[in-house]
Amino acid sequence: MWTWFYRLASPPFVYRTAAACTPWFMAAAVAAIGYGTIAGLVFAPPDYQQGNAFRIIYVHAPSAWLSMFAYTTLAVAGAIGLIWRIKMGHAVAAASAPIGASFALAALVTGSLWGRPMWGTYWAWDPRLTSELILLFLYVGVMSLRSAFEDPGRGDRAAALLAIVGVVNIPIIHYSVVWWNSLHQGATVAKIGMPEMPGSMLWPLLSMLLGFMCFYGAVLCMRLRGEVLNRERQAAWVREAVRS
Amino acid sequence: MGGYARFVWPCFALVFGVLAWNLWAANRYQAEARKRAQRALAMMGDHP
Repeated sequence: MWTWFYRLASPPFVYRTAAACTPWFMAAAVAAIGYGTIAGLVFAPPDYQQGNAFRIIYVHAPSAWLSMFAYTTLAVAGAIGLIWRIKMGHAVAAASAPIGASFALAALVTGSLWGRPMWGTYWAWDPRLTSELILLFLYVGVMSLRSAFEDPGRGDRAAALLAIVGVVNIPIIHYSVVWWNSLHQGATVAKIGMPEMPGSMLWPLLSMLLGFMCFYGAVLCMRLRGEVLNRERQAAWVREAVRS
Repeated sequence: MGGYARFVWPCFALVFGVLAWNLWAANRYQAEARKRAQRALAMMGDHP
């Protein structure tokens, strides 16, 4: 099992697997996001309370979800790099950070634009909003820390430590609407039991969630290939890889 | 959009902009890493 685990972390294997996976992830992302956007904007009925403003959910919720998923991936990959000293763990963490940061920013801005007509304000120091803002700061911190060291190995380890400490923020974001009084609405999809949305609204949202995850997979694979090349540029196998 | 167009469309535009930026940035990152690796290999070839 350990042989398999270490083979999985071999740079040439990661480089080739990432190349093979990218087009599949991208094709699935285009199909799912295309369907979700059209169905969400055209076919889903307006919400009985929020009217057409509720359609922001089709870009806001997948962005927020992805920002949390990318951070969890970053922290797990950083922990693998730190505990087992697998370089590819740090490479995955480095590749994941800018993607997650961009979606955390997108989630905050779209949430703010949704908040204005619904709550009457662009921003409130609400637990959900504040914890998502902390997530964005954590991303910036992890990326800055990685690039602050001259020795890339030390930068990787320091960034992994911060990422692991910061992962405590993920359940806080998720459960903030349960633990504290919040302006933000509670869970509608990820509920134990049945979601509180009718199918005509739910399916486009699930499709967007799937599409964003596949998009993350594709972009992560692309960035990972760059990371592997940057880290392994002196290796013999890179000679063949960059010639082809 | 029932009076909400000025909130809904900027959200979609922003998120699709983020998707496009991610694609462009990942592609550029990969291409630059490839160029750097090629340069490193060329230097190794000059000075084996």
